[in-house]
Amino acid sequence: MIPELGNFALALALIVSFVMTGAGLAGAQMGNAAWMVAARPAAIALFGLSSIAFAALTWAFVVSDFSVSNVAANSHSLKPMLYKVSGVWGNHEGSMLLWVLMLSLFGAAVAVLGDNLPPGLRARVLGVQGGIAFGFLLFILLTSNPFDRLDPAPLDGQGLNPLLQDPGLAFHPPMLYLGYVGLSVTFCFAIAALIEGKVDAAWARWVRPWTLAAWSSLTLGIALGSWWAYYELGWGGWWFWDPVENASFMPWLAATALLHSAIVVEKRDALKTWTVLLAIIAFSFSLLGTFLVRSGVLTSVHAFATDPARGLYILLFLLAVIGGSLTLFAIRAPAMKSGGLFAPVSREGALVLNNLLLSTALATVLLGTLYPLFLEVVSGDKVSVGPPFFNATFVPLMIPLIIAMAAGPLMGWKRGDLAGVLSRLKVAGIAVGIAIAVTWWAQSDGPPLALLGIGLAAWLFVGTLIEFAERTRLFRVPLSNSLRRAAGLPRSAWGLLLGHAGVAILVAGVTGSSAWTVEKIQAMAIGEAIDVAGYSFTLDAVTEGQGPNYQYRRAAFTVRHDGKVYDVLEPEKRFFPVERNETTEAAIRSTFLGDLYAVIGDETPQGTWVTRIYFNPLVPWIWAGCLIMVAGGLVSLSDRRLRIGAPQRKRATPSPAPAPAE
Amino acid sequence: MKPKRRRLYIIGLALLCLGAATALVLTAFEDNIVFFYSPTELAERQDIGPGRMMRIGGLVADGTVVKNNATVSFTVTDLNNTVPVSYTGILPDLFREGQGVVVEGSLGPDGRFMATEVLAKHDENYMPKEVADALKASGQWQHAEEAPK
Repeated sequence: MIPELGNFALALALIVSFVMTGAGLAGAQMGNAAWMVAARPAAIALFGLSSIAFAALTWAFVVSDFSVSNVAANSHSLKPMLYKVSGVWGNHEGSMLLWVLMLSLFGAAVAVLGDNLPPGLRARVLGVQGGIAFGFLLFILLTSNPFDRLDPAPLDGQGLNPLLQDPGLAFHPPMLYLGYVGLSVTFCFAIAALIEGKVDAAWARWVRPWTLAAWSSLTLGIALGSWWAYYELGWGGWWFWDPVENASFMPWLAATALLHSAIVVEKRDALKTWTVLLAIIAFSFSLLGTFLVRSGVLTSVHAFATDPARGLYILLFLLAVIGGSLTLFAIRAPAMKSGGLFAPVSREGALVLNNLLLSTALATVLLGTLYPLFLEVVSGDKVSVGPPFFNATFVPLMIPLIIAMAAGPLMGWKRGDLAGVLSRLKVAGIAVGIAIAVTWWAQSDGPPLALLGIGLAAWLFVGTLIEFAERTRLFRVPLSNSLRRAAGLPRSAWGLLLGHAGVAILVAGVTGSSAWTVEKIQAMAIGEAIDVAGYSFTLDAVTEGQGPNYQYRRAAFTVRHDGKVYDVLEPEKRFFPVERNETTEAAIRSTFLGDLYAVIGDETPQGTWVTRIYFNPLVPWIWAGCLIMVAGGLVSLSDRRLRIGAPQRKRATPSPAPAPAE
Repeated sequence: MKPKRRRLYIIGLALLCLGAATALVLTAFEDNIVFFYSPTELAERQDIGPGRMMRIGGLVADGTVVKNNATVSFTVTDLNNTVPVSYTGILPDLFREGQGVVVEGSLGPDGRFMATEVLAKHDENYMPKEVADALKASGQWQHAEEAPK
C-alpha cells in the first residue's frame, strides 16, 4: 500500500510541476498576478509530494518490502539499517528520486525565502524550476519507477554492491546532489533574467548565495567521494581522473568561475552576459554529469543502470535544456547593456583571468572525458584517457591561476597597480624561497616540479594572509585594534581568506601526495617486518571473523618508529556472501606529514600474505584544505549583504516585465 | 574607445588561453592515450612493439591463475586468442577466473604482457563493457553468457 502511495505522490508531483511551470512562466508573461502567485504554493506542494514519495521508498527499504523490485534488486534483509536507508539512493531509481527531492527543496526555498524578489522574477524562476522538475519526474515515471512491483515477491533481496556498503554512501551522493541541484537555482535565475532582459547588481546578489551554497555542497561532496575512494578502494590514491569523477569536477570548475564572475556583476555591473552564460554552463554540466553517469555510456562502479531508453531520454532532455537555454541566450544576450569600465590590470581584470583559466581547464577536462566516446563512435577504436593526459593539460593551466590568485585580491577595482601589488607580495616571495629550500632539504629526491608545487602553495597561502593583514592593518596598529577590525570585516572577506588559504593547503597536499608517495608491495610471512618511509611495519597476525553481513580477514601490523611502538594498523578484506563479492578496507593512520596506509591481500601458495604498504605524504592536507574551502563558502554565505531581505532593487520593478526590446 | 580596448584585451587573453590549451592537449594526446585491444586484435596487429602502453581485456581463462609470492600470472582470452599476463601486486577484489578483466601495461620482449594495473571495475552484470564488446567481436558472446557467474 505504501509504495502505491509513493507512486501516486510522484504522479501528482508531475501534474503539480506542470502547473508550476505554466503558472510561473505564462503568468509572468501575461502579467496575471493570480497565476504568478500560484507558482509559490505549487513549489511548496511539489516539495511535499516529493518528500512523501521519498519517504515511501525509504519505508519500503527499511521494512525490506521485496515485492518492490527496486528493493529486491538492491537490498537484503541482513543488511545493517544504515545501509538499508542509504541504499535508497544507492541505485539508479532511488538516486533520481533523491535528485527530484533536492530540486523541489530548492524550489520551495525560493518560494518561501523569496519574499523580496520582484513577483515577475520570482514567478519565472519558479516556472523554470518547475520545468526541470517536470522533466525529471517524467523520466522517473516513464523509465525508472522506483515503485515497480514484483510478482511473486522473492524471499530475499539481491543485496547492495559491497563497495557501496559504507558510511560514505550516506553522505557523498546527497552532498553532491545538493551541489548539482543547487546550480539549478542559479540556472533558473539566469533564464528568468534572459526572459526579462535584465541583469543588475541586485540580480547578482540573489544569485550569489545560491551559487555559494551549491559550490560549498559540491566541494564537500567531491571531497567526500575522493576520501571514500581513498580508504575503500585500497589503491592508495584519492583521485583517478575517472570519467565519473570528472563529471562532478566539471560543474565544480564552472561553479567556481561563476562564483567569481558574479562578484564583478554585483560590485561593478560588468561581465553580465558572461555570468549568465556561466550559470547556464554550470547547470548544463550538472545535467551532463548525470547523463554520463546514469546512462552507462561510461563503464564505472557508478553506472547503476545501462538501459538505452534511459540514456536516450536523458540525452533528449539534455539537448532540450542546454540547446533551449543557449538559444535563448543567443537571442537575448546582445540586448543586455554592459556597464562598468575597467583597465586590464585591475581586480576585474584578475577575475576575468580567473574565469578564462577555469573555463579553459574545464574545456580540457571535458575533452579528455569525452574523447574516448567520440573516437569510438568515429573510428571504432577504443582508448582510455588517464591521469597522464590530465596532468599534462590541467595542471599547467592551474599554475598561472594560482600565481594570479594571490595578486588578484590585492588589486584595486577599475585600475590596479601591478608594481605596488608585487611589492606588497615581497613577503610571499620570500616565503616561496623558504618553502622550496625546506622542501629540498627534506626531500631532495623528488621531481623538480614538486618544488614548484610547494612554492606555489606557499605563495598563495602567504599572499592571502597579506591581503587579510592589510585589511586589518595588522602590525601597523595595535593588535587589539587589528582584532577589532577583523571582527568588523564583512563575512565575505573571511570567506576569501578561508577559500584561498584552503586552496593553498590543498595544492600542497596534492603536490606532496603525487610526488613523494612510497609504495611497497610484497609477500610477507607472519612476524616479518618491512621499512616504509622510516616506519617499520611488522605483520603480527592474520585472523578471520564474522561481521554483520560479511566475513572478514584482518591483519595486524605493528608500526614502530625509532624503535618504539607507534600504532597498530588493522586492514581488512571482507567477503559478502549474499553478493559474492569482496571489498578492501585499508587501515590508515594519519600524521601531520602524511598517512600510513596498509592493505592486506591474498594468501600466497608459500603461506605468506601479499601486503601493500604506502606512505602517502600530505594527504591529510588535501582533506583539511577542502574543509577550509567549504568553511570559507559557508562563512561567505552568512555575509549580511546576502541575508534575506538585504538585497533591494533601487527602482521598483514594474510587473509584468517590460516587453523585450527586439 | 575604452570598452573596445578592453574587449580586445579579453579576446586576446582568451585566444592565448585557448592556444595554450590546444597545444597542451595535442602534445598530451600524442603520448598519453592508451588504446584498448582484444587478444584477437593484438594477435592481428604486428606493429605493436614491446614497451608501448595499452589495455587488453577479456576473460581470465579458467585454471590459468598461478600465484608466486606477490606475482600473479594468468591468461586473458576472448575465447579465440589468448595473451599471457604477469602482474605484481594485490589483485582487485573482483578478480576471478572465468570473469571479465581489463589489464593495462605493455608487452615484454618475450610476448608476455606485463601489467602495471589490473582493473576489474564491473557493472552489475560483472562484465566490463570493453570485455563484452571484445567477446561480441570474437563471436563468443553466447559462450561467455553461459560461463559461470
